Amino acid sequence: MSSPQPAAAPEPATGRYRVRVATRTAKAFWLVAIVIIAVLVFAPAFASRPMLQDLILVFLLASLALCWNLMAGYAGLISVGQQAFVGLGGYALFALIIVGGFDPLLSIPVAALIVALLSIPVGTLVFRMQGAYFAVVTWVVAEVFRLLLAQWRELGGGTGTSLPRSATNDMIGLDFVAELFGVRSAAAREIIIYWAALFTVVLVVGGCYYLLRSRVGLALRAIKDGEVAAQSVGVSTTRIKFAIYLFAAFCAGLVGAIYFLQTSRISPDAAFSLLDWTAYIIFIVVIGGLATIEGPIIGAILFVLLRNTLSGYGPWYLIVLGVLGIGVMLLAPKGIWGNFSQWTGIHLFPTRRRIEIVSQASKDAR
Amino acid sequence: MILRLAGVSKRFGAVVVADKIDLDVARGEALGIIGANGAGKSSLFNLITGVVTPDAGTVSLGGRDVTKVSLRNRCVAGIGRSFQIPRPFESLTVFENLLVASEYGREHGHRGANELCGSILERTGLAAQANTLAGKLTLLNRKRLEMARALATQPDIVLLDEIAGGLTEAECHELVAFIRQLNQEGVTIVWIEHVVHALLSVVSRLVVLEFGRKIADGEPHAVMNDPEVRRSYLGIDDEVAA
Repeated sequence: MSSPQPAAAPEPATGRYRVRVATRTAKAFWLVAIVIIAVLVFAPAFASRPMLQDLILVFLLASLALCWNLMAGYAGLISVGQQAFVGLGGYALFALIIVGGFDPLLSIPVAALIVALLSIPVGTLVFRMQGAYFAVVTWVVAEVFRLLLAQWRELGGGTGTSLPRSATNDMIGLDFVAELFGVRSAAAREIIIYWAALFTVVLVVGGCYYLLRSRVGLALRAIKDGEVAAQSVGVSTTRIKFAIYLFAAFCAGLVGAIYFLQTSRISPDAAFSLLDWTAYIIFIVVIGGLATIEGPIIGAILFVLLRNTLSGYGPWYLIVLGVLGIGVMLLAPKGIWGNFSQWTGIHLFPTRRRIEIVSQASKDAR
Repeated sequence: MILRLAGVSKRFGAVVVADKIDLDVARGEALGIIGANGAGKSSLFNLITGVVTPDAGTVSLGGRDVTKVSLRNRCVAGIGRSFQIPRPFESLTVFENLLVASEYGREHGHRGANELCGSILERTGLAAQANTLAGKLTLLNRKRLEMARALATQPDIVLLDEIAGGLTEAECHELVAFIRQLNQEGVTIVWIEHVVHALLSVVSRLVVLEFGRKIADGEPHAVMNDPEVRRSYLGIDDEVAA
């Protein structure tokens, strides 16, 4: 497979045909998006710490949800084992810091790379299964990692461990941020983590959109409609699905590393939690809208809002989430954004290519 | 020889869909295949394209043995194919259906995909539907799309499976003219068709299948007059008639 090209780039008008992807709404949205990102980058200057913490969670959950959506909504890969890569990301980070003595901030991308490398043999194994079996195997693999890492004495075994204060206190950029915002080192650390999470979600949204607009996106939609037909026009279906799986693992690794750097504490049960890293993620995608880019982002915001509102009600929190999830699946299976988009025709991340025959005159001239 | 089948056999349980079939197709040839329903015509295409692998025998493409080569790689090697029961990518538009094929087919990753797809759309009469979702097409246009998508992979050899059924006389003329022109442009054609008059106005050679066996192969009119073909395919028993 040659590298994905943004085949969507508007063709020069010299040809007889012109292909458009962007819509007017989408162009306007890009301006808004740049403003939103700029505001978010400078948010630590005016937002409260709880606000930043919520935003970190939104960014990380949205990143995971976008990846799960890419797999399930586009590549037809239903994984219930993404917690394997979140957990591995967290443990890789802790190992790099505690065992390797690396800088926490630099350890984040390294941890994600380690996870991506590990996902190659894991993927080779789980890709031997299809459909429901694939789902079950991904979950089994995650359990195996949970049990394996519980044996790692240096990282606290089954009870887990915390990051040493000395390690987190001389993170790269800490003094600079502390001075810039006039805050203490704990708050400065959170600001750096906030930026890392923001960077991650921008990377994932950008990556997903680039992928879906490229020829890979076309191939993914073709695979979903008919695998044999896709292969018979030259699409290497397994290779594309594997690439998506790898990308999702890398992103999950990033999320895990950032999340557990923020909590400074890790345990096998938290790192490899099916509920936190897969069940909630599926909820987010279903609520927001499967097979859209906007949906998982909206779902993540809604999820964190719900969590904050309902956190005082104990088990009612989970019951409300469950009822809401079932309700959306039954009444509005396309999710919030899916229905909104169908109703209004608005796509903020258009991928549909429209061809126009430029003019009869130029056609005759050729 | 662009395509060569040597002793290709395939059975599904008790049903023999291909029985020691030998078939040579020369580069640039236009070959027709006829046979009653269930004679193994579409199965032959599945064997050639790699949807199913034969129990015995070999398939070679341009002198290279591709018997164990995947469906996807045979497309990249230059085989294009239309499915008898159309399999459009329903959530893509007609244009996007072609675009996938042209981006991933034989010349994958090439420039000028938009131009190629646009011109195929016009030549196959789908230009007006270019931005329609393939899932919303009529059966007739779905069949056109099958052919158009196969061509968008830029194949050396294209396998067409019953694309003329249900066309009006005028549409049929257009189709015949189009396929003839394709053939003149150097594309090798293998065409399964029940609309025999359309087929005969394009192909220079005709193969007849019966229960997975090749019972005739040669000049079309000679083949159509062969007593066994008349009995098997047309249901005319010359001895009884005499």
